[in-house]
Amino acid sequence: MTETLPAGWEVVIGLEVHCELATTTKLFCGCLNAFGNEPNTNICPVCLGLPGSLPVLNRQAVELAMRIGTALHSAISPSTFHRKNYFYPDMPKDFQISQYDAPINRGGRLELPDGTEVGIERAHLEEDTGKTTHVGGSGRIGGADYALVDYNRAGVPLVEIVSAPDIRSAAQARAYAGELRAILVATGSSDGRMEEGSMRVDANVSVRREGEPFGTRCEIKNLNSMRSLGRAIEFETARQIALVEAGGRVVQETRHWEEGRGETLPMRSKEEADDYRYFPEPDLVPLDPDAVWQAGVAAAMGPLPADRRAALIGLLGSAPTPAQTEQVRSVVASDLDALVVAAAERGAPATLALVRTANEVAAVAGRAGSLDPGAFARLLALEAGGELSATQSKEVLAELLVSGGDPGEIARRLGFEAMDAGALHAAIDRVLAEHPADWERFLAGEDKVRGFLIGAVKKATANQADPGTVNARLNELRAGGR
Amino acid sequence: MSATAAELAATVRTGARRARDVVEESLAAIAAGDPEIHAFLEVLDDDARARADAIDRAVAAGEDPGPLAGVPVALKDNLCTRGVPTTCSSRILAGWRPPYDATVVERLGAAGAVVIGKTNMDEFAMGSSTENSCSGPTRNPHGHDRVPGGSSGGSAAAVAAGFVPLALGSDTGGSIRQPAAFCGVVGMKPTYGTVSRYGLVAFASSLDQIGPLTNSVADAALVLEVIGGHDRCDSTSLPQPAPEVVVAVERGVEGVRIGLVSELVDGLAPAVSGRVREAALALEAAGASVEEVSIPQFRYGLAAYYLIAPAEASSNLARFDGVRYGLRVDGPDVAAMNVASRTAGFGAEVKRRIMLGTYALSAGYYDAYYAKAQRVRTLVADGFAYAYSKFDALLGATTPTTAFALGEHTADPLSMYLSDVCTVPASLAGNPAISVPFGDDGAGLPVGVQAMTPALGEPMLFAVAGALERAAKADR
Amino acid sequence: MTAGARPPSKPPAIGPEQVLHVARLARLEIGPDELDRFTEQLASVLAYAAEINELDVDGLEPMSHPFPLHNVLRADEPAGSLDREEVLAQAPAAEDHRFLVPRILSEEG
Repeated sequence: MTETLPAGWEVVIGLEVHCELATTTKLFCGCLNAFGNEPNTNICPVCLGLPGSLPVLNRQAVELAMRIGTALHSAISPSTFHRKNYFYPDMPKDFQISQYDAPINRGGRLELPDGTEVGIERAHLEEDTGKTTHVGGSGRIGGADYALVDYNRAGVPLVEIVSAPDIRSAAQARAYAGELRAILVATGSSDGRMEEGSMRVDANVSVRREGEPFGTRCEIKNLNSMRSLGRAIEFETARQIALVEAGGRVVQETRHWEEGRGETLPMRSKEEADDYRYFPEPDLVPLDPDAVWQAGVAAAMGPLPADRRAALIGLLGSAPTPAQTEQVRSVVASDLDALVVAAAERGAPATLALVRTANEVAAVAGRAGSLDPGAFARLLALEAGGELSATQSKEVLAELLVSGGDPGEIARRLGFEAMDAGALHAAIDRVLAEHPADWERFLAGEDKVRGFLIGAVKKATANQADPGTVNARLNELRAGGR
Repeated sequence: MSATAAELAATVRTGARRARDVVEESLAAIAAGDPEIHAFLEVLDDDARARADAIDRAVAAGEDPGPLAGVPVALKDNLCTRGVPTTCSSRILAGWRPPYDATVVERLGAAGAVVIGKTNMDEFAMGSSTENSCSGPTRNPHGHDRVPGGSSGGSAAAVAAGFVPLALGSDTGGSIRQPAAFCGVVGMKPTYGTVSRYGLVAFASSLDQIGPLTNSVADAALVLEVIGGHDRCDSTSLPQPAPEVVVAVERGVEGVRIGLVSELVDGLAPAVSGRVREAALALEAAGASVEEVSIPQFRYGLAAYYLIAPAEASSNLARFDGVRYGLRVDGPDVAAMNVASRTAGFGAEVKRRIMLGTYALSAGYYDAYYAKAQRVRTLVADGFAYAYSKFDALLGATTPTTAFALGEHTADPLSMYLSDVCTVPASLAGNPAISVPFGDDGAGLPVGVQAMTPALGEPMLFAVAGALERAAKADR
Repeated sequence: MTAGARPPSKPPAIGPEQVLHVARLARLEIGPDELDRFTEQLASVLAYAAEINELDVDGLEPMSHPFPLHNVLRADEPAGSLDREEVLAQAPAAEDHRFLVPRILSEEG
């Protein structure tokens, strides 16, 4: 996935993400905002745009838009609605009510898990369109015989989030989309499901030689998964670079990602560019959420993914290693950070809690809810104290995840009691006596033999000996201890 | 029907008269007179009878059907009536039956009124003569070769001809007041936001208002109290109840400061100016002080209006695309179908205004036309504000002439637009205005005088209108 | 208020090409026999409307609404949807409980 670009080239990416808001009803009417219902069962004069109908703005949609703005560090601003005028059968009024030069959220930034930032230009409210299905012929646009339109989705509230053209790789684009999704879910604004269409990502991609101004960009649509997002950007980047290197020029156009073919193709061009003739929506009045409302939104926000990652890193006590950074990211993304925090609060070592959560607990996703943090903490203490080996600890954890219980009891039942020091020392002495030549080499300073000796002790003790403890004892003996 | 709505309702509520009889009288008048006048597109005989019977049963059971009990009402055909054709006098909506009622229709029904039928209009409310109807024009009851005015010509004629005591129309640039003046009836445009627009097929959203056409000022006040007041289905609806205007009608104008607007008196047809000056004198005699005032900003009102209204209309009428309802003329693809349907379905005036409006909004011209016109609107509002700092109400003509002949202005759209010059300013500012019949031009054609007040000044407006009406009747 | 003193900056007069252009934007077809007449009529109205060019109104706010209402909102509660059969009965063409239209050639804007 980490394709590098030809030398001297840079790709510039901006993402436009449309998110369906998790409201009960549509943006301007009381029809249900629901996915998957029978066609045309959630329609009314307003969302069908019947003559004489008028829009009335949904308070909860504004609340959720403000949560998104707050999470993106935008300035929540007085805003107005505008009409974007164009004809299309999925648009009941043949204009879309959107926001134009006065959006509710201006500016902002998105912090990625790796610490980099992508600027946000705006995040505004608008209504969704209905859905068209192309029938007959090729079954695809342009080649079909006719089309059928379902207006259940018409009028569903959307927030469109426009990033600055700050993204410089497909991987970063995926990270942006992933983090945005995590924020949408964490704030309860949207369920962010790309495959279901509640989060739609369009990518604006251009290339340039380093140091030159921005090149001509193409808009890429039909990205239905994170994987498609990455693949499409990589394809488009390569396409544009090859085109320019061969002496051609990139044409500004909208292109469709064809997942099956692995390429972007130009969409059927319209005869002339649309002139949307934006003007202020006369059927709606301006929106100006007061300071009290804004403060309420901010106060009710739970910690964002970035805050939760920072909290885990804080527990570690020192700068995280790359492996730990990834563990932190995945634990927060899987909503398991609360477990790590709870275990640490009960005395478990944070680094160990983190790695066990990221690996063993996350692997049985769905069972985490039944894991008692106290039991988890006690188990981690046993492991950290050397009474259980790593392997033994994982086995006890597996059982805790499936059926709960007490880790000490489970360990005893499985025969994992920690060896007492005397028995361990005696076992070590026996092994050293059985391998005098290797012991001599270790005493002489050959550290390479260490692994063999520890392995031999483990074998001799049926894995009960903890490698760390054995290692410490070997060092001690070599140093002259008894 | 010569009784007022208030009188009729009173007799029905007490049981002195049956709603059914009132309705039959109305239906008979329509059957006799409307083949000539053509005020109605649709007469709801059976529905009206059934409704009247229900009201009579309610009265018999000791219930009160409401302040408009049994009153026959005509509704302009751009008001949605559930299950009943609502065509806006356009081919593109031929036979369309809305699945819902406009808020005003619901409120009239709750007050006991009986919808008799839907009236003729200029197509999509675009016009000043009702000659732009796809069903042919309505004739002015005072002169059958004359226009009734527009766009609420059918509603005005229905009241003037005695078919119904009350009708609803819509006013965007004068479409209630101008036909009221031409037909010799009372027609009133409320403060913008006073009456819900939910269910009114939109022409120019920031200007449209629904209002009454009646034979008496008191009836107009009664209707306003029934249909006005906040509606949660209309975001532009003012957050307050309907104004209390019935009590204002008899209040008189003692001490009221009235400004006679020179732009609405000078340069108009002499018969009209003459009547307006008489009206001013009558108000003085009734205790008001009258002084002339010039509001030069009015001069630009019409130009701004003919940029703003078509612009909003071009967007409001985009939904008529043959996809979900209305006329469809097939085509090889959906865009071609849109073009064929709209081209066949819209009349020439509607097409003109759509193109004009599209142009005014289009890239490169938005600032020079639409945006600038919206600033001129503020200018006109400022002109009013200045006048209202010195006067409680303004007086002037409703129209520059009396009813013109059918066909007189159809060849030149601009000449037709000029008949709105007196009514447009109040629309632009969102202020209330009323036309009250005040004599005629000496040749049998009615003259209407117009009173205007600041926004939310309906009580004062009706006080002045009441005084005008009493003076006009005293003249006869 | 006085009419502004600056020279009118008139936008170009509308010609047949512009009429055809806005007709296309508005999904209207203007036949060759109608084009001249519509052009003339639109030009005359625009010339009249362009009178506002005489005015210096830059210092004024555009009036989108006569009144300063703001924050008109409704609760996020379900309210009656329509019976789809009643609605589809009015459709020019329908299939499978959906509105049927001729094939769509180009992607949405």
